[in-house]
Amino acid sequence: MHIDPLEKKWMYVVGFMTAVMIGSMAYAAIMLNMHPPSNVETIDPKTLHLSGEFAEDNLGATTNPDGSVTVRMVAARYSFYPQMIEVPADTDVKFRITSPDVLHGVHVPFTNMSTMVVPGYVSEVNTRFSREGEAQFLCNEYCGLGHDYMWSKLKVVPKG
Amino acid sequence: MYDKSKSVALANLWVAFAAFFVAIILGLYQVMNRSGLFPELESHELYFASVSTHGVLMGFVLTTFFIMGFGYYTATTTLKRPLWNKGLAWVAFLVALSGTVMAAIPLLTGKASILYTFYPPLMAHPMFYIGATLLVVGSWIWCLEMIMSVITWRRDNPGKVVPLAMYGTTANAIMWLWTSAGVAIEMLFQLIPWSLGLMDTIDPGLARTLFSWTLHAIVYFWLFPAYIAMYTILPKMAGGRLFSDEMGRVAFIMLLVLSVPIGFHHLYMDPQQSAGFKFLHMLGTFGVAIPTLLTGFTVLASLEGAGRLRGGQGLFGWITALNWKEPMVVAGMLALFMLIAGGWGGMINASYSMNTLVHNTQWVTGHFHLIFAGTTVIMYLAVAYHLWPKLTGRRLASRGMAVFQLWLWMIGMMVLTMPWHVLGLLGQPRRISSTPYDSPLVQQWDPHELAMIVGGAILLFSALLFVLNLLMSHAARKLDSVSDDDWAIAVYPPMSVPKSMNGFVLWNGILTVWMIVAYGIPIVQLLILDAPGSMPWGY
Repeated sequence: MHIDPLEKKWMYVVGFMTAVMIGSMAYAAIMLNMHPPSNVETIDPKTLHLSGEFAEDNLGATTNPDGSVTVRMVAARYSFYPQMIEVPADTDVKFRITSPDVLHGVHVPFTNMSTMVVPGYVSEVNTRFSREGEAQFLCNEYCGLGHDYMWSKLKVVPKG
Repeated sequence: MYDKSKSVALANLWVAFAAFFVAIILGLYQVMNRSGLFPELESHELYFASVSTHGVLMGFVLTTFFIMGFGYYTATTTLKRPLWNKGLAWVAFLVALSGTVMAAIPLLTGKASILYTFYPPLMAHPMFYIGATLLVVGSWIWCLEMIMSVITWRRDNPGKVVPLAMYGTTANAIMWLWTSAGVAIEMLFQLIPWSLGLMDTIDPGLARTLFSWTLHAIVYFWLFPAYIAMYTILPKMAGGRLFSDEMGRVAFIMLLVLSVPIGFHHLYMDPQQSAGFKFLHMLGTFGVAIPTLLTGFTVLASLEGAGRLRGGQGLFGWITALNWKEPMVVAGMLALFMLIAGGWGGMINASYSMNTLVHNTQWVTGHFHLIFAGTTVIMYLAVAYHLWPKLTGRRLASRGMAVFQLWLWMIGMMVLTMPWHVLGLLGQPRRISSTPYDSPLVQQWDPHELAMIVGGAILLFSALLFVLNLLMSHAARKLDSVSDDDWAIAVYPPMSVPKSMNGFVLWNGILTVWMIVAYGIPIVQLLILDAPGSMPWGY
């Protein structure tokens, strides 16, 4: 087998680049605990609205004893419910979201609040918002002909 | 003379390019609708039926038929003997074509507006699922044809090295069998029985996992013939030699082994898979960048050699010395340019952590259009220009128009996809037909929406020139003789290669183990978890 010396050098460069990229991601994952939302938890999409944490009365933001906030939302055609969420800035926020109908995706532009919402499963995202003001939850997965109209509001208010 | 199966190759290629042309008209309509500048055009029903058809035609029909047609030409002319079973090639064609027609009817009548990624629990007409499955079955017959052609050739030529183009084609056939298994399981055990009413509910988490099995490696199925052309046709057309035959084999083997067990990078944001498996798939995803980086080097080195043979001097002089009047050379250089641009974007999508910011935004649409519709399709177009005289026995109607068309294609693709990347970073979701959000964000998007229409129009014009050129070539002057031995020769043609680089047994073994870990365990976990199912939904 013939390998040109120049080619050999390039292989080292490729190996080095790949190692740097994988290494930086491994560092972020292991040392900074940065993982994509991976909460393997099931729920029955047919009955989730009847009782439990995703019944209408239990939706929205609640402040926990430790000061962090938990937001429970239902993503259903064609909005996120409740349609307005208010959270304090610079506070740990845990989103718990599920869908009673089809696939949805939720993203707040310019933030890492992003997850798929798959019926039958509960999605969980842990994040913090540093910028105060109004932002939007946009549905970013095709969910039917009204997909464009699926969005709702997020208000980040001063902490306190 | 042996039978080169030219008519079956030509039939496959014409179906591919007819689908391509229809899909590109839909593409222009889609950017116009989406921009919001033509309110009289706007229709959600039409838009999503159109997007679904565009995706199926470009992703499944253009690619599958092109790969089959190119494969028949490659098998006969590199092995210098007829196909293993010529009749079977026509069977594959007819099965795939009837599947395409079956899927097209519900698509065009708005009965399958679920996009080409299917997305259960949205449900389409059963005919759509059955048609799409038949298209895949047709491609499996092609895989059998390719694999058996090589096996019988090796039996009759013991110890000889399988020509690189055919080695790559066989690697692609084997990879496609592995790849398509995921979607086949989803179709046969989930979507088809569910759409026929034999099952009440479906687990969308499992369906997404099975689809991700196919979804990443399918893009390598599409990309493979582009790489084969870069390694085995481009150097010769540039007037040089292939820099390294062995490195081509290494790249093909790596693509075969690494492409399939990495599909979870499409599921980074999904709740039904745990972080550990996502991380494992991320490692393989970055591994699969290696064969692409090796390919870029080898192809550019081959082109540099050709440029220097033509008198190019200095660090960059070889570039201007290249034969820029040869469509294959132009396409090869432009394809590499788009591959570099799109590849870096891909690294961000593939990133375990950064993906969060761009997931399902228009950035992703920009990325895969640049790599697929850019790099891959421009090579398909150049291969068509290369093959047409060989398949028809007639001159290409206009080589000048071909070169012009390829440049237009690259320009159109850049004008289309650069704004999409920006829109994605500005938070615009993909797969929307309009932007009715009450937010200052929308104003930031407007100028980019205008640019993408210009890109779409350039691409449609370019595609029109391409199809016209091929059509006119059927009436062009007959050639006295055509060469079917236009395959590139390596600088050091391999007299012998290690056994593992002349066959696939070892690699299939490694892939089996890897697939059991990467997909077997997560699928078994989902089956044990047995998430409550979803009812079918319309759209």
